[in-house]
Amino acid sequence: MMTGISLAAIVNVLLFTFLVMTAIAIVRVRHLFAVAMLSGVFSLLSAGLFVALDAVDVAFTEAAVGAGISTVLMLGTMALTVTREKTTKRSPVLPVFVCVVTGAALVYSTLDMPAFGTAQAPIHEHVAPDYIARTPDDIGVPNIVTGILASYRGYDTLGETTVIFTAAVAVILLLGSFSRKKQKRTDKE
Amino acid sequence: MQEVVLDLEFIIGHYNYWLFVILMMTGLYITVSRGNLIKKVVGLNLFQTSVFMLYISMGKIEGGTAPILTGDPNTVYSNPLPHVLILTAIVVGIATTALALALVVRIGEEFGSIEEDELIEIEHELDFAEESAEASPVPGQGDANKGEPGGK
Repeated sequence: MMTGISLAAIVNVLLFTFLVMTAIAIVRVRHLFAVAMLSGVFSLLSAGLFVALDAVDVAFTEAAVGAGISTVLMLGTMALTVTREKTTKRSPVLPVFVCVVTGAALVYSTLDMPAFGTAQAPIHEHVAPDYIARTPDDIGVPNIVTGILASYRGYDTLGETTVIFTAAVAVILLLGSFSRKKQKRTDKE
Repeated sequence: MQEVVLDLEFIIGHYNYWLFVILMMTGLYITVSRGNLIKKVVGLNLFQTSVFMLYISMGKIEGGTAPILTGDPNTVYSNPLPHVLILTAIVVGIATTALALALVVRIGEEFGSIEEDELIEIEHELDFAEESAEASPVPGQGDANKGEPGGK
């Protein structure tokens, strides 16, 4: 058991080191194509971390959506705009200060949190055991996450679908042929 | 707040959360300090993914397995609720990213730039032009300024 825990810890720390290196590279690189690729790498590494943390459904959603679709969207945006970032003349002192203060506040707030992996943490005491116990009889699918997502919390998923629909309509209104044609007509006038 | 003892056990139990805070702050730094709008969106994505990791790490139980029924009554499952929340959050996140990038494309078409510094300058110029047009109404000047920034 002990070796199992330390192995998981090693994997976590290793993945995290890669994540931090990718994040720092994203800060420093100015070529936006590289930034898009690095953000895909970041998503893929986080998917690996999700597998290590037992969240397999989240891992393959993140790999498909974060590393796949959002990279494609970024490449598309770059094709329509620019591929290089310009240097700013602004001083980085204020952003660094804001990040350090926010980070310190967040770290301070984690001190009250239960230790990582404890089975007695408040998060595991309320509805979650109930869902796990009832899923086989109520829903009958072996994947508990699917059971909760589609049945117990089905309204959340409906709300999510509404959000996607709204975003899709907004994107079509912003980039669709209707607004472009109108734009061209006003340009001619 | 209860007394916090900073011994090794406490650090091992909490370093995960601190690592995620570091990643979150890297994302925040990119969003705040970079002028390029696409890079700001990337920073926002980084921040978002770190929040996901924080949530998922809370649901992990030591010695537990992925919440897929094994049939063995003694199996310990990690908490499936954060997984469900984050699945929803990932999909909502890609929707907001798509919207943000669409706005970036429109801003680029309209003003010919997606750098924050240049956009602020263009905005100042437009404000100034508007004010001077109000002060001395020259016929046709308002139209000329309206078409100017796009340039194409």
